[in-house]
Amino acid sequence: MTDLLDVADRLVGMAQGAEQLEAYVARSSDTQVRVYQGEVEQLAVADSLGVGVRIVRDGRQGFAYCGTFDDAALAEAVAEARDNATFGEPDEAAGVAEPDGVEPVELDLWHPGLADVPTADKVALAVELERAVLAADSRITGVESCDYGDSRGEAAIATTTGIRRASRQTTCDLVAYSLAADGDDTQSGFGFSLARSFDGLDVAVAARDAADRAVRMLGATKPPSGRLTIVLDPWVTAQLVGIVAGTLGAEEVIKGRSLFAGREGEQVASPLVTLVEDPTDDRSWGATPVDDEGLATRPVPLVGGGVLGGFVHSTWTARRMGTASTGSAVRGGFKSTPTAGCRAVALTPGDAGAAELVAGVDDGVLVQEVSGLHSGVNPVSGDVSTGAEGLRIRAGEVAEPLREFTIASTLQRLLLDVVAVGSDLTWLPMSAAGLTLVVGDVAVSGS
Amino acid sequence: MLDDDIIQRTLATALRTGGEFAEVFVEDKRTSSAMLDDGRVEELSSGRDRGAGIRVVVGETTGFAHTADLSEPGLVAAAEAAAAAARSGGGGVRQVTLTRQQAPRPNDVAVLPESVAKGAKVDLLRRADGAARAEGGSISQVRARYGDSRRQILVANSEGLLAGDDQVRTLFVVTAVASGDTGMQTGYESVGRTVGFELFDRYEVDDIARTAAQRAITKLAARPAPSGTLPVVIGPGGGGVLFHEACGHGLEKDLVDKGASVFKDRLGQQVASPLVTLVDDGTMAEEWGCYAIDDEGTPAQRNVLIEDGVLTDYMWDMLRSRKGGRARSGNGRRQSYQHLPMVRMTNTYLLGGDGDPADILATTDHGVYVASLGGGQVNTATGDFVFGMTEAYLIEGGKITEPLREGNLIGNGPKVLLDIDAVGNDFAMGHPGTCGKDGQGVPVGDGVPTLRVKALTVGGTAA
Repeated sequence: MTDLLDVADRLVGMAQGAEQLEAYVARSSDTQVRVYQGEVEQLAVADSLGVGVRIVRDGRQGFAYCGTFDDAALAEAVAEARDNATFGEPDEAAGVAEPDGVEPVELDLWHPGLADVPTADKVALAVELERAVLAADSRITGVESCDYGDSRGEAAIATTTGIRRASRQTTCDLVAYSLAADGDDTQSGFGFSLARSFDGLDVAVAARDAADRAVRMLGATKPPSGRLTIVLDPWVTAQLVGIVAGTLGAEEVIKGRSLFAGREGEQVASPLVTLVEDPTDDRSWGATPVDDEGLATRPVPLVGGGVLGGFVHSTWTARRMGTASTGSAVRGGFKSTPTAGCRAVALTPGDAGAAELVAGVDDGVLVQEVSGLHSGVNPVSGDVSTGAEGLRIRAGEVAEPLREFTIASTLQRLLLDVVAVGSDLTWLPMSAAGLTLVVGDVAVSGS
Repeated sequence: MLDDDIIQRTLATALRTGGEFAEVFVEDKRTSSAMLDDGRVEELSSGRDRGAGIRVVVGETTGFAHTADLSEPGLVAAAEAAAAAARSGGGGVRQVTLTRQQAPRPNDVAVLPESVAKGAKVDLLRRADGAARAEGGSISQVRARYGDSRRQILVANSEGLLAGDDQVRTLFVVTAVASGDTGMQTGYESVGRTVGFELFDRYEVDDIARTAAQRAITKLAARPAPSGTLPVVIGPGGGGVLFHEACGHGLEKDLVDKGASVFKDRLGQQVASPLVTLVDDGTMAEEWGCYAIDDEGTPAQRNVLIEDGVLTDYMWDMLRSRKGGRARSGNGRRQSYQHLPMVRMTNTYLLGGDGDPADILATTDHGVYVASLGGGQVNTATGDFVFGMTEAYLIEGGKITEPLREGNLIGNGPKVLLDIDAVGNDFAMGHPGTCGKDGQGVPVGDGVPTLRVKALTVGGTAA
């Protein structure tokens, strides 16, 4: 990591006069294995790296990136960022982060032993997963893809204002997409396991989920349209929570694109809903001690008992709103500039488990998968309409499988219509955690 | 981009452990973009990514490595890593003789974006902001983005192929927010072509901005979309994503080979209404998904996938063609040198028919008219797919009446293709899109004439 900080320091050293310069330097070493019918189909081993340079002069911001640490390319990126800054329009709030005295917490995210795991062991684990999926049920007819992946990611940030920090994490994952058939009916499913170290992966869990998710959908039919209580699987809840969290970024608030703008202190959700962003919780896949501007991350309460508490801030949004950064700068990689966003948000769990919650529903749908969230959810208007799959709930029991239907509401209504929050908090490979969530009176469109 | 003899030595290294096929893909991509938001030019961004991806195929196994170091030692190290990853046994020395191949570019580029002053790009943004806000006081926010890219690639492989391409794309996007008593609504419009800055000789950014603003304003008065199964009429150019999702992905041979497509074993069969002729065409000049060669060096082609409702062909990349013993179709694409290629669409469109668009509407008693679709998603194994409507209206008594709020439509690909009961004579290409598959995004185009699907499930909230 010192070498990444060295690259960042070199870039900061190229700053001229009173301009501010921020260097974001990233590198990852990745292995990707895909197996098919017991053989390696693809094996890729590679390092990726790059830098992003942000320069602010007289309140004007410019940005440039390059996918190499080559000296000439770094100098070109700095020159380009400086030139780009002359075209931006001035903003008093523009600027890179400044040290705020908050020290990063120590998190258990880096397991260097990953580098020593032989590739053959990684291949063997993927082969084992494929075999386990196929063996899990006689109706499993194939495995569309079965992948092992790991990554050792490192990032460093340095600025002319005295920020100089680095962070790193390892991740390993196993993912299988399965096919199940019964007569002419084919269904698909997936299962995965995630860990910070190779030893933490669980083939059995990934195989069981991949088989179950496909097999349980066999014979699924389209439900009639109507208004029903829906029970969201943790996998689905996490995706919805992620979208809600996206509306709580202060940049959207400042720019008049958040439906929660100006509603601090108001009841925006059921009293059962408490939402906290906390990248310092190392169970989260978005955990990091340092945000993407180099400030320490910290817990940020967003909604408490259904009342909107506040928003997540980057340096720029905080200055614009006259507050302090919450250490919530996020960026899409070295090719983009930071904005304010959530990376590890979770609902505070309730007392009842999934089975107990289902048992309390007389007539409803257990939604286990959603599709088309990017096209069916408008986070500005709040309109929500998403493709769904799942199981019918009758008199508190799960019944026949359902497919090819949609669930629709608005983000505003969904939050207010929450009638129960599950105890089964589950950390998933996204910016939000999931748990079983029960929402009343939702439009289900089918036949 | 690289000397032929360095490429030859790199391929020889890649083949040293017994590889049957080796390939060097070199890419040099420059991008620039400018963003205006909240009434202010926020930022210009520019960047460059350069490197090579090397793959080695042994039997059914592909080994892959990539490097940002285009020096000979850098390339040789990547070639060794790819060869080791392919896990082959021993091999001999194999020399490759490269033959440079020329494929025609779908169109020339008149004005390279890199030759255009940054100030001219920024001016476009300011004009768009002004034009959108001038549409009405309800426009409360405008974001405009200009983007261009120049992607130079070179592909060489152990079959002796050496080919290159120079792909220039230019894009302009406006998103407007309108606010009123009913809350906020968004309107979006984009124009993107595989051309240079001459794009703006043909398209006025003011028009793009006005369209986005009008969409947002119209939706302020929109009522919730219906919930249930209805006839759906899709307007010209507005709904190519329907075919992209309903059958496009399912006709990608890599998914077909793994049994993950409802169109497996259906060649020669009637899979769609006789009104449907579906084409994937990477040669379509200036369209978002066109190129001279794909990312495996195969010249782009026009491929008829469905003719008069009969499935005539799938889409193929190198690996699938090699296995199937047939010619490639020019559909082997990758996001960047850091990715392996796979089967991808280019510009996918439904040919125009002979229906009068006005008649199609007039003969629809109660349904939904979709002027513009957003993105979509498909499960190719079941054929179930969704796609969003970003501009839609209610049809009552054969006439377009009230605007509808956004929502998804859901259907099953094979069933929807058979349920198309009218195709108009007013074909138009749609918006530039980015197609995602297995974590990789590539630019694609689509197009449709006015068409009607007898029954689709509309995912609204109104009874």
